[in-house]
Amino acid sequence: MPTLTFKAAAAALTLAAAPALADVDLQFYFPVAVGGAAANTIEELTDAYIAQTDGVNIEAIYAGSYQDTVAKALTAARGGNAPQLSVILSVDMYTLYDEDLIHDFDSFATTDEDKAWLKSFYPSFMENSMIDGVTYGIPFQRSTPVLYWNKEAFKAAGLDPETPPATWDEMKSFAEQLTAKDDNGNTTQWGVRIPSSGFPYWLFQGLTTANGAILVSEDGTKTDFANPKVVEALEYLVSLSQDGVMAPGIIEWGATPKAFFEGQTAMMWTSTGNLTNVRKNAPFDFGVAMLPARERRGAPTGGGNFYLFKGSSEEETKAAFDFIKWISQPEQAAKWSIATGYVAPSPATWDSDEMKAYTADFPPALVARDQLEFAVAELSTYENQRVTRIFNDALHAAITGEKSAADALAEAQEKADAVLKAYR
Amino acid sequence: MTQTRQWIHAWLLLLPAFVFLLAFTHVPAITTLINSLYTTPRGRRPARWAGIENYQTLIDDPVFWKVLGNNIWFAIGTIPASIVIALAMALWVNQKLWGRSALRMAYFTPTVLPMIAVANIWLFFYTPGFGLFDQITGLFGLGHSNILGQTDTALVGVMVVTIWKEAGFFMIFYLAALQTIPPSLIEAARIEGAGPWTIFRRVTFPLLMPTTLFIGVNAVVNAFRMVDHIFILTAGGPDNASSLLLFYIYEVAFRFWDTAYAATLTVVLLVLLGMLALGQFFLFDRKVHYK
Repeated sequence: MPTLTFKAAAAALTLAAAPALADVDLQFYFPVAVGGAAANTIEELTDAYIAQTDGVNIEAIYAGSYQDTVAKALTAARGGNAPQLSVILSVDMYTLYDEDLIHDFDSFATTDEDKAWLKSFYPSFMENSMIDGVTYGIPFQRSTPVLYWNKEAFKAAGLDPETPPATWDEMKSFAEQLTAKDDNGNTTQWGVRIPSSGFPYWLFQGLTTANGAILVSEDGTKTDFANPKVVEALEYLVSLSQDGVMAPGIIEWGATPKAFFEGQTAMMWTSTGNLTNVRKNAPFDFGVAMLPARERRGAPTGGGNFYLFKGSSEEETKAAFDFIKWISQPEQAAKWSIATGYVAPSPATWDSDEMKAYTADFPPALVARDQLEFAVAELSTYENQRVTRIFNDALHAAITGEKSAADALAEAQEKADAVLKAYR
Repeated sequence: MTQTRQWIHAWLLLLPAFVFLLAFTHVPAITTLINSLYTTPRGRRPARWAGIENYQTLIDDPVFWKVLGNNIWFAIGTIPASIVIALAMALWVNQKLWGRSALRMAYFTPTVLPMIAVANIWLFFYTPGFGLFDQITGLFGLGHSNILGQTDTALVGVMVVTIWKEAGFFMIFYLAALQTIPPSLIEAARIEGAGPWTIFRRVTFPLLMPTTLFIGVNAVVNAFRMVDHIFILTAGGPDNASSLLLFYIYEVAFRFWDTAYAATLTVVLLVLLGMLALGQFFLFDRKVHYK
């Protein structure tokens, strides 16, 4: 509110005689998927931009989870009332494109500076942001899964607290040593925790990528779920529970950091977006490592991109474009990355003084960046929500022991083919 | 002349309710039916006539049959249980007891709480390892449970929350009905030498039948309508083990954005509920004793 009063006063002073310039009003939907200061930071950044820019008002609207945000944006767009810009999962790009709701960024990037800006992000983030070489999304709250480990638990189990597991076999054998039982034979501390509720496909991609499989073709129309390497990855995941080093059944994503803090698991896989949360709340010394390798290192990227929605005037869309450009500049991106733990999306941000000071003080923040070299696009297809749901159901069926990994995945591939046939 | 006037008056008085009923119930229902006969329009591909294509998809859709089956189990599991518990609670707090008001309030509290809040509380109860249930069972040396994370128990977990939520609500109706039963009837029965069980079976329960019918209709509708907690507790998982018909409709409509197929599922739900309501009123109604 202070900025508004200030702006009004400034406008009254400077434009006292002239007819008032019409302000451009923009609506900006954003989701929050991790705990902590994410919403406040977005509002602070937006307010700072409004204060320094004439003639632009941005209403930053918290729209719930990623799922809620895309549902709200789609509903608003169908009602002819789309926001000018929104942060939505990078994997929803094909859906938004198919609904003909988003502008590409290239047609607004007219100057050389703008064109250079489009190329300033990490290529692994751009994999989920382009269709046929045209940019439809700008990476913003992007993440990648990493392995967190409890150094005290490692020490207690007789492992070197400074060495995280580097391969699948190591992770399993470490986990065996770390699993602790009480006198009744009940497990009090599991070795590792790979959550599987909600969107299990994402962390599972950390296994398939390491095993050398790519889940979907580049144009998002053909999945490869029944690949033997994918089956092998799922069998490995299931074996962790069967061999008693990970809790059985579906493991809650949301309760995972808490289970880690409580010492119920010695290692956990979760988003780097949880980094600041873990740093603040873990009552013990912890480490952050890249996901373990099999054939290679590998992990998916994840998180949200900025999209420009159709349905507004040229002037409004241009103003939204300028805002997106501003907020992804190193200074703002560094602020955002430090407040949340999301991976800063451009090398220039990592070279900024603020970011250097932060990583010098807290080196684990660098792990996610270094992992980007091995990262691949998050599973994204046409009718993305439906296809990932099919895949998630297959993973759940295998994890709960309803079906064998091979059967579940073969079935999922068949169903995905039926959905995607129309897009080939 | 006066007759025409009466007609006009009658229609004018009915008009407001009629307009709302039309706008929010009948028109949407018909639009849904029409939409179910077309394909889903996408930005780059307009809707086209599909005939019964969507209904064929529905018959071939294993998830649809799965959620329908789940919904039937859900109804069987929740409706009788919540009615019996509601009746037992109502009989209990209808007596002269110390702290009766507090007890009534305690039973009614779940009803006042929003379902989303209830689900979040129960999510904590169920959490493996440090949830309330595991903390209690841990005292007896039992291991971790994972009720919501196993296909065979997830639906039961969801049902328990529903019963907990619904029983208190139904209790209020039973309590109100119990207080309208004239004490003279009970006294008369007692003079005749009837025991408590006979009084309940021959006097109280028959007099409660209209209420039971009302609650029964409500419970059936709720069994197909209450899905808020599923969003929080399981999101329909694992592998659709705890998904219900309405939740599936939401997913198809607002996650997959397949509005035509969602309309098809909605038509099925409408027909199903319509049949259940008719059946209840026509079959059950005869056995109800009205004063």
